[in-house]
Amino acid sequence: MSSLDKDTVKNIAFLSRIEVADEKLEPLAQDLTKILDWVEQLSEVDTDGVEPMTSVAAQSLHWRKDEVTSGDQPDLVLNNAPDQDDHCYLVPKVVE
Amino acid sequence: MTKLTNLTLAEARDGLKSGDFSAVELTQAHVDAMAANTDLNAFITETPELALEQAKASDEKIKSGDAGAMEGLPIGMKDLFCTKDVRTTAASRILDNFIPPYESTVSANLKKAGAVMVGKTNLDEFAMGSANITSAFGSVKNPWGANVGKDLVPGGSSGGSAAAVAGELCLAATGTDTGGSIRQPASFSGIVGLKPTYGRCSRWGIVAFASSLDQAGPMTKTVRDSAIMLQSMAGYDVHDSTSARVDLPNFEAALSGDIKGLKIGIPQEYKVDGMPQEIVDLWKKGEDMLKDAGAEIVSVSLPHTKYALATYYIVAPAEASSNLARYDGVRYGHRAEGDLDSLDDLYMKTRAQGFGEEVQRRIMIGTYVLSAGYYDAYYAKAQKIRTLIAQDFEKAYEQCDVILTPTCPSEAFGIGENEDDPVKMYLNDVFTVPTSLAGLPGISVPAGLSEGGLPLGLQLIGRPFDEETVLRTADVLEKAAAFSAKPKMLEA
Repeated sequence: MSSLDKDTVKNIAFLSRIEVADEKLEPLAQDLTKILDWVEQLSEVDTDGVEPMTSVAAQSLHWRKDEVTSGDQPDLVLNNAPDQDDHCYLVPKVVE
Repeated sequence: MTKLTNLTLAEARDGLKSGDFSAVELTQAHVDAMAANTDLNAFITETPELALEQAKASDEKIKSGDAGAMEGLPIGMKDLFCTKDVRTTAASRILDNFIPPYESTVSANLKKAGAVMVGKTNLDEFAMGSANITSAFGSVKNPWGANVGKDLVPGGSSGGSAAAVAGELCLAATGTDTGGSIRQPASFSGIVGLKPTYGRCSRWGIVAFASSLDQAGPMTKTVRDSAIMLQSMAGYDVHDSTSARVDLPNFEAALSGDIKGLKIGIPQEYKVDGMPQEIVDLWKKGEDMLKDAGAEIVSVSLPHTKYALATYYIVAPAEASSNLARYDGVRYGHRAEGDLDSLDDLYMKTRAQGFGEEVQRRIMIGTYVLSAGYYDAYYAKAQKIRTLIAQDFEKAYEQCDVILTPTCPSEAFGIGENEDDPVKMYLNDVFTVPTSLAGLPGISVPAGLSEGGLPLGLQLIGRPFDEETVLRTADVLEKAAAFSAKPKMLEA
């Protein structure tokens, strides 16, 4: 069913925000098609009336008080930034 | 005197307590072993100075009588656990300069218990892989390779941890398991690997792969060591809303050696076509050993087993594509340099340069199965089949207490083999993935050698939060199997 063409892969790559060189689109399309063909077997399972699993742990989420337990550590937060200034993240200029 | 690196966690704990050796001596022996075996590539970052400092502090604590449960015991930490002020890479180029300003809950728990960290162990990039060949820091070699005269994979994704324990570079190590990433490398490397129930250990501070599946666990030389280490890793954590508020039993005390009357389930659907005879034989041997110990063998059915792997390869990439969206070159990690004409361009170049091929492939599969028009056909369908798989186990546990299966369909294979075909590579996880999808505890115990002389593991799977029965049964199986073979590199 799901044979992916180059244009579809290009679109998936954009949605994933991953740059893929033109010459790599075709081999990648084949790879992804192979995987999708393989998962196609799931369509033979009758899932009518089955609830999708949303949590593997049979427990409800716990409430906690809405209070600040940490914070006010801008230097720590920004420590790993590729570029920063005055407690702000910097990105390259992209608007002329 | 025995070599300090030969000891189990339990033996080392007792030796430290009785003053046979110091934590500094014990740590130095492992630091030396680590330095002498860098060819295994088991560690991404070695921390010998830090380890010796911690060991010194442990010796003080032991002297003053306030030693923790893991006091002075040198371990490896999978490089997926954030460790404060120590580089944490997830084996990815995109995080190769990341120094966490915080500590994961599991590593913090171990630290609090007194464990000494000798280094951060290698893994598949973002824990995606079954062979430890996708690390940006190179493949890990299985210490058993010398036994057969070729370079073998240690399994994955916790391959560095498995190699470090099997090669006796540390007494034990942490692993994480998403679809089998603790149990499969344990089987390939001849050690014990335990994936606890989902929620038993906090995921806070562990670099996320697939959040509904990821679970931390111990990788050790013995079942008793797994019980000791899990005790210090596990527990409720306010920082992880999926961590379970359940009592923490005494896991080591559960090792009573008595499994009389326990019902062991053998799932018929795990007898797959083309399974090597030696795996079939080992499985039967395991069954006989448990029967001899007084357990009762019952046949159980897990009818949706054949769909587990395909289900996993939708659910895991879907969650990964979402989790890995945070790596965009803005707040931390690698950033693409040069001519960039838009913010999208910055993201796309950064991610193309920072992520390896397998990670890119899985992000794209995940993006596709979550995209408009395909969500119901793939992701929603997979989540429904996941419910059916979990129900299979629930029904099976009406008839039995613990389930016995092989851990893997094969022994460790050569580095470079199976790499051409992603689907073939995924088949390594065929026996471990269903347990993960159902969130159940599973352990791999070394149970024998293949015809080629390589370790093979058997897996025991338990009810949710019944690690006690899993460990108790595994301990009996381990003693009966009496696996004592070692990699040749340790014979010298």
